[in-house]
Amino acid sequence: MKKIIVACGAGVVTSTTAMNKLNEELSARGYQEGTDYKLMQTSVQQVPSMADQADLAITTTQYDNDEVKIPVINGLPLLTGIGADDIIDKVEELIKA
Amino acid sequence: MKYIDKDLVLAQLDVKNADEAISTLADILYKHKNVSQNYKQAVLDREKIFPTGLPSGKIGVAIPHTDVKYVNKPAIAFATLNEPIIFKNMADKSQDVKVQFIAMLAMKEPHSQVELLQKLMELFQHQDLLANLIQEENSKNLYEDLASYFDKEV
Repeated sequence: MKKIIVACGAGVVTSTTAMNKLNEELSARGYQEGTDYKLMQTSVQQVPSMADQADLAITTTQYDNDEVKIPVINGLPLLTGIGADDIIDKVEELIKA
Repeated sequence: MKYIDKDLVLAQLDVKNADEAISTLADILYKHKNVSQNYKQAVLDREKIFPTGLPSGKIGVAIPHTDVKYVNKPAIAFATLNEPIIFKNMADKSQDVKVQFIAMLAMKEPHSQVELLQKLMELFQHQDLLANLIQEENSKNLYEDLASYFDKEV
């Protein structure tokens, strides 16, 4: 099962909203959290220490740390709705991979 | 409407910058006993590190907030702005977002308030509705518009 980190500044408010949107959209495409993928909520500071347990990180805040070995994508579209489909496509690709 | 209060909605706020807007909204949340005294400084500090401007379309929005430990009673304080002010983009600090609508979040347990947060994000995507809200001159009317929007589902 693919594991996805969802991070924001404090790991509380916008990550919760982003996770909710992810679950909603992925469920609409037939994927279930806990069965097909797992979301891990955290703060951006914790991303490096959690990266080795995950396949992808989605952050709503700015994130540039080259030391993280997994792909990191900008999750802002999950909040604004603009371009959210592109993120869902990427996550779906990962789940199917 | 549990999280929205007529005392926490300001129409056509006249401020020069993001700090002033944040301070004004934090002050009314403190006066209303929703947050502790340190909330204001915590939001101001956090905005510098993790800005909250959202490029939601023609009308930009911002959602300043901070750690849940400063919150006593969850609420959202709203302001529309007389003139747009600049917040930094949440996803890219080098970019400016012209903000005309602010929702300051004082959340205690976001997981139990996720429907409210989702509904808020949906509002930002309804640019036509936002356009009407930012035209509203009167705080009481703005409160009623917001209460009726959130009441539909939350």
